Amino acid sequence: MPLYEHVYIARQDATPQAVEDLTNQIKGTLESNGGKLVGQEQWGLRTLAYRIKKNRKGHYVMLHVDAPAAAVQEVERLQKINEDVLRYMTVKVEAFEEGPSAMMKSRDRDDRRRGEFGDDRGGFGGGGFGGGGRDRGFGGGDRGDRGDRGGFGGGDRGPRPPRENATEGNAQ
Amino acid sequence: MSMTNTATTNPARRPFFRRRKSDPFQGPQAPKIDYKDVRLLQRFISERGKIVPSRITAVSMKNQRALANAIKRARFLALLPYVIS
Repeated sequence: MPLYEHVYIARQDATPQAVEDLTNQIKGTLESNGGKLVGQEQWGLRTLAYRIKKNRKGHYVMLHVDAPAAAVQEVERLQKINEDVLRYMTVKVEAFEEGPSAMMKSRDRDDRRRGEFGDDRGGFGGGGFGGGGRDRGFGGGDRGDRGDRGGFGGGDRGPRPPRENATEGNAQ
Repeated sequence: MSMTNTATTNPARRPFFRRRKSDPFQGPQAPKIDYKDVRLLQRFISERGKIVPSRITAVSMKNQRALANAIKRARFLALLPYVIS
């Protein structure tokens, strides 16, 4: 059977117990469809990078699944219906990673050295993107605002000179 | 870099010559490209959240495709932002 990594984000105000129940429910669905849950990893309550359905945080859970495609489809169908689930993603993998995933490791590191983040960036490949590799005008960020368009000399036209033959033209 | 013009072969003459950096995902202890490794992926997005072109990061074509894929997965899961405004 193919191997899948299934990640889902549960609503912020769902209790940890509710998240647990949801995982067990998925487990039940998989097993009744001939698959099995190999492992799971709780990433805990994380801040979302952007708001999803008005939520700023979510409970992340990753499941290691060994199941036929039909079982995964059934799980995804149920996740779509469940209102506690903000988002889910299933990725097929060749093999599961041993030990805790990068997410768990980085969370430990994050807590210890959040302040050094600037250093961390600069240490890339000797010089980082900014100083070392900017050879074709990619400014690191984005273009600044464009200035006002010039038009004719940059402003309105001056006042019109008085017409010389205006009255004569009308009279004739 | 095929800068073999007769006039510019001397490195001292070329003011903007830079040594070609090597692919950060090549080598024995290269990190694995993984959508879950947010800290790794963060190094390959700009301040605005865009994926940095490989000509700047020196990531190989093959790895750049994998990297772009991983970043897009991480964005979908709200691990990385689509745009930083």
